[in-house]
Amino acid sequence: MSEKESLLSKKNLKLIKDPVNENNPVIVQILGICSALAVTVKMKPAFVMAISLTVVLAASNVVYSLVRNYIPPRIRIIVQLTIIATMVILVDEILKAYVYDVSKQLSVFVGLIITNCILMGRLEAFAMGNKPWPSLLDALGNGAGYSLILIVVSFIRELFGSGTVWGYPVMEKLGVYHTGYVNNGFVALPPFALILVGIIIWVQRSRVRKLIEKQ
Amino acid sequence: MQNLFDIFVKSIFIENMVFAYFLGMCSYLAISRSVKTASGLGIAVIFVMAMTVPIDYLLEKYLMKPGSLTWLSPGLADVDLSFLSFMVFIAVIASMTQLVEMVVEKFSPSLYNSLGIFLPLIAVNCAILGGSLFMQEREYNTLAEATVFGVGSGIGWYLAIVSIAAIREKLRYSNIPAPLRGLGISFIITGLMAIAFMSFMGIKI
Repeated sequence: MSEKESLLSKKNLKLIKDPVNENNPVIVQILGICSALAVTVKMKPAFVMAISLTVVLAASNVVYSLVRNYIPPRIRIIVQLTIIATMVILVDEILKAYVYDVSKQLSVFVGLIITNCILMGRLEAFAMGNKPWPSLLDALGNGAGYSLILIVVSFIRELFGSGTVWGYPVMEKLGVYHTGYVNNGFVALPPFALILVGIIIWVQRSRVRKLIEKQ
Repeated sequence: MQNLFDIFVKSIFIENMVFAYFLGMCSYLAISRSVKTASGLGIAVIFVMAMTVPIDYLLEKYLMKPGSLTWLSPGLADVDLSFLSFMVFIAVIASMTQLVEMVVEKFSPSLYNSLGIFLPLIAVNCAILGGSLFMQEREYNTLAEATVFGVGSGIGWYLAIVSIAAIREKLRYSNIPAPLRGLGISFIITGLMAIAFMSFMGIKI
């Protein structure tokens, strides 16, 4: 046996750090956009969605990485979908049992975690060729990157759309309504989420120049 | 008849998969560089949706709803298999995609070649699973309603991807700030298109 790599070596840490910034699953790899936009009107459902996705991603990445050597390549998509679907059913049942109202708000989007491209993308691109521990780190990193975008978008949309943060009426406590300020209803509507993500991409690419697309 | 027409128009314009629910966004953004490929993928999506939604409807009605197994034996009235629906739906979609791929390959090799890798990608297009899940959530009453909903949603998605592809083809000649090029501007344009589609929301049918 060659010498063992330490559990949190530099290479492994990079697996966590990269997807949060330079290789963010949502705004750089264009994965998992559907749910990132649809559940971000309020912070609470967005947070639950982010946690659920990270859990499903971590679990299926590890499981798939464990069985990766026994699966014929030809049927791997069905196997991947089965693993993901199993994890999603578990998460869905848990949400229904403990946070029923949030699970109602998320409606079909928990089920849609199955087709969230982050999952298939990471299973195909990473877990298929790596050991369980790095796969777990990769899943956590990508989950964190996804969560970051969800939380930023939902924070802005909730603050300016309904004047609250996590259900707490910030704008009302600040007393800005007396000055004639009104909540911007447009921010809470779906199209604004798209424009907001567009702007986040703009900011991100201005900072990391190498991501700019060629004409 | 009136009812079916309502569902059809509603699923294309008012409840458009892309602009109202953001479903199928990933392939919508990734494969909208040229109108030709976009329209090929769009047609494949219509095809798959028109088949999976009715099939899932039948499976839901005669297999998974609480009390739906009574046609087998009255003793099974308490059995509720609805927690299996995700797994069943995704399996139907994956196998349908495989089937469509084989049929297209056999009967129209030229279309098969032009679609290339996009056909298998349909399996993970969330608009398709979304169609089945919305069908389940909205509890359509007849097979005809479910079918019309499937076809309509597919056409709505087709409309969306073809129109963004057309706009992106034109965009190539405009002067966009470098960091906004490509992905960023596509997002903002989709947002503007979604605003335009919201004008259908006032229509009550």
